Amino acid sequence: MQDLLYGSKFFKLSQSRGQQGIGVSASVLYAQLTTGKPAKITSKISPKHPAHYYELRIDTKRNRAEEVKDAIVDWNTNHGTKIELEIEGDYLKGSQSVDQYIKQIVIVNPHVKLIYVNPKSEQMLFVRATNKMPPRPVEIKPHPHGVELGILIQMLKLTDTRTLQAFLTQEFSRVGSGTAKQICENAALLPNTKPKSINREIAEKLLHGISQTKIISPPTNCISPIGEELLEKGLRKEINAEFYCATTRPPAVYRGNPFVIEAGIAYGGEQNAEDSVRVLRYANRVPLLYQQGACAITKSVINTVWRNYGLSQSRGALPVGPATIVISINSVWVPFTSESKEAIAHYPEIIKEIKLALQEVGRKLSIYIHKKRKIQIEGAKRSYIETYIPHVAEALKDLVGYKQTDEVKVKKLLKQILEKTRGKLEKIEIENPDYDEELAKIGKKENKEEQKQTTLEEATKNKK
Amino acid sequence: MKNKVLEGIKEKANNVYRKILKKKAPELDLPLRSLSNVKYDEKEGYFEILGKKKERTLTVGTIKTFAQTLRMMGLSKQLIEQDDIATKREAYYVSKNWKEAMFKAQPESDTVMDDVEAMMMVNREQLGFIPEEKGGEIAGKLIVVDRDPETKKELKIDCTKFGSGAYSIPISVEHLKFETNAKFILAIETAGMFQRLVKHKYWKKANCILISMGGVPTRACRRFIRRLADDQKLPVYVFVDDDPYGIGSIYRTLKVGSGNAAHINKYFCVPQARFLGVTPQDVIDYKLPTHPLKEVDFKKIKDLLKNDPFIQHHKPWQKALKQMQQMKVRAEQQALCRWGLNYVITKYLPDKLKHPEKFLP
Repeated sequence: MQDLLYGSKFFKLSQSRGQQGIGVSASVLYAQLTTGKPAKITSKISPKHPAHYYELRIDTKRNRAEEVKDAIVDWNTNHGTKIELEIEGDYLKGSQSVDQYIKQIVIVNPHVKLIYVNPKSEQMLFVRATNKMPPRPVEIKPHPHGVELGILIQMLKLTDTRTLQAFLTQEFSRVGSGTAKQICENAALLPNTKPKSINREIAEKLLHGISQTKIISPPTNCISPIGEELLEKGLRKEINAEFYCATTRPPAVYRGNPFVIEAGIAYGGEQNAEDSVRVLRYANRVPLLYQQGACAITKSVINTVWRNYGLSQSRGALPVGPATIVISINSVWVPFTSESKEAIAHYPEIIKEIKLALQEVGRKLSIYIHKKRKIQIEGAKRSYIETYIPHVAEALKDLVGYKQTDEVKVKKLLKQILEKTRGKLEKIEIENPDYDEELAKIGKKENKEEQKQTTLEEATKNKK
Repeated sequence: MKNKVLEGIKEKANNVYRKILKKKAPELDLPLRSLSNVKYDEKEGYFEILGKKKERTLTVGTIKTFAQTLRMMGLSKQLIEQDDIATKREAYYVSKNWKEAMFKAQPESDTVMDDVEAMMMVNREQLGFIPEEKGGEIAGKLIVVDRDPETKKELKIDCTKFGSGAYSIPISVEHLKFETNAKFILAIETAGMFQRLVKHKYWKKANCILISMGGVPTRACRRFIRRLADDQKLPVYVFVDDDPYGIGSIYRTLKVGSGNAAHINKYFCVPQARFLGVTPQDVIDYKLPTHPLKEVDFKKIKDLLKNDPFIQHHKPWQKALKQMQQMKVRAEQQALCRWGLNYVITKYLPDKLKHPEKFLP
C-alpha cells in the first residue's frame, strides 16, 4: 500500500496513468492539510478474501505514510478499491474546473464508466462507449538514448551484472553484444570494466559513448494510444459538429523515449465561427487544463498553416473557426515543462510529430470544407439562374404568343433543363447519434443567467 | 421591310421556345461586336464583321442578359407592331418594370439593344429604337433637300443662310438629297473650331462644306457625310486634335467604323475620308504648344498599334503614332492660336490644302 506514495517512474518504464500533476500522495496530503481528515481506503482483491479498510495519513516530519487504522470489513462486491478523501475547495465552472476535467477524461477514456456527484448533489453517469479495454502497456527496459547521467550512475550502482558489456545488454533495451561493444569503443572503455567501479567521470564518458552510437529505436508496444476510432467517438459525444476525423501517428522517438501523437478535429455545427478554435490537450489520457500558452501542443497548433485547410488565422495566433482540436501525446515518459505537469516541453521531435498529425487531419478537414463551399456556391448559382426563369418565360410569352398554361409549362421545363445541365445538387447529410447533450453541458458557464443578471443591473442603473 | 424584321424576331424566339419544348438548353447566338471580330480591307473601306459569336443561355454569366435580350426583342416586336418608337433612354425606363431583369444603368440597356440589332443584322431604327444624340452640324455651300413632315412637299435648306448658326443633321438621313458646288467637305472635331470657321465664313473662302462632329461622330453624322460624299463625289478632309483619341476614335470611327458597331459599319463609314491634321509632324512644323501625354494616352497608342486592324494596315499611321509616342506630347486644334486667332484660316488650312496628297490615309 505504501508503494502508492512513491513516484512510479523509478522502477519501471511503461505508459501509465499517474501523471495528472496531482498524484495520489499529493491528494492525501492536501486532504490532510485542508480538512485534517485521513484518507479512507477500502480494498478487496477477490471474493475469496475479505475486504480491508485502512485509514491513512502522511507523517509530514518523516515524509512517510502512516496507517492510522487497519480493519477487516464486509464489502458486498467481488473486487475493487474505494478511496475517500475530504478536500476543501471552491466549486467552479468553466474551462479550468473539475467538471471540465472529468468531461475531458471521459472523451479520451471511452472504456471507463464514471459516476460523478457534484457538490450540488447532482449525479452524472458517464456510460462506457466501448467494452474493448485498451491493451495493457508492456513494461520495457530504458533505451540508452533516453537515460540521464544521474540515473545511469544509479543503475551502475544497483546492477547485479559484472561487466560493462553485460550491464549494457541486460539493463537496456535494443542493446545486443555488438552494440554494447560499439558503445564501449566509442566511450574508450573496456567491455569487461566492472560496473560498480565506474565513477562519475567515467559514467560521463560512457554517456558520451552512448550518444555517439547508433542504436535502433526503442520498441513501441510499451505505448497504448487511444486509437483513431475511439478518439473520434469521444469527440462526437462532446461536440455537435458536422465533420469529425482523427488520426494516430506511427510511433516516434525523442531522446530514446518512444511516443505516439494522436490528433482529432470536430468542425462546424453548433460551434462559434468567430472564436479561436478550442484546443483540448492530453498527456497519456489525462487532460491538461492549465498553461495552454506554454505548451508544445499549442505551439504546434499555432505553427501549422491552417489557412491552407480552410480556417482563418492571424500570424502567431490560434486559428479562428468553428472547430475543436484534440491532441494527445502518449509516451512512457511525457516531458513536461515543470513539476506541476501542466504543459509539454518543446522537443523538436515532438513538435514535428504533432504538426504532422495536425496536417493529416487538416487535409481531411480541407476536403470537407472545400466540398461544402463548392455545394454552397453551386446552390447560390442555381438560385441566381432560377430568378430569371420567370422572365424568360414571360418574354417568350410576348414573343411567341402562347397561353398562360404554356408559360407555367415553360417555367417547369426550364427548371428541369437546369437540373439536367448542372447535375443534381449534392447534399451533405449530418447526423450524429453519438452526441450527448448532457455531457456537452457539463462544465460550461451558464451564460444565460449571467446575461440576465447584467441586463437587470443595467435596468436598475437606468432607473437611478 | 418592317415585317421582315418582325418575322426575324419571332423566328429567333420560336427557336428558343422549340428548344425548351425539346428539353434542351435554349440559347441565343449573338455576333461578337469587338475589334477582335472585324477585318479591314482597304478596297471594301470599312471594318467588316467576322463570324465570332457569343452565346447566351442558362449559365450564371449569361442568364440575366439572356432574359434581357428576350425582353428587348419583345419590346421591339411591340414597337414595330404598333408602329411606335422608343428612344434608347425610354427603352431603359421600360426595363424598370422587369423586376430582377431590369437594367441598372443605361449603358447596359444600350449594349443589349446593340446586340439585338447585331443579331437581326439591321439598323436600330428598324427595330423601333432611336437615339437621342445630336447628329452634328453643317454650314457652307450645301443645299439639303428634305421633305416637310406634314405636307411631304420638297423643302430646300440652304446651309449658307444660317448666319452665325448651323443646320442640324437629323437622326434619319436616308431620304435626303443634296445640291452643291463645293470642292470638299471639312469635318471638324470641336464645336469651338467650327464656330471660328463659320464666323469668318471660311466655307466661302475655301468653297467647302463645314461639318462639326462634336467628338466621335454619331451614326447619323457618319451616314450623312457618306451619302453626301458619295452623291456629290466630294473628298472628305478631317480636322481633329493631335492625340490618340482624335486619331484612334474620332477619325478611325468616321472612316471605317468601330468594333462595337461591327455589324453596321458597312453603312456607317466614310472610306473616302483623309486626315488633314493635326499630325504629330504639324506640332514640330508649326511649333505648337503641347500637353504631356498621360498614362491612358500611352495605353491607347499601344492598344491601337497592337489591336487595331486599320492602324495595322496603314504603315504611315503606325509611323505617326510611334512619333507621338516618342514626342510624349499631344496638341489641340486650338493650339494654332499661338500664332494669332485666325492663323488657322490665313495660314494653316490654306498651307495644308495645297497638298491633299500628303494627308494621312
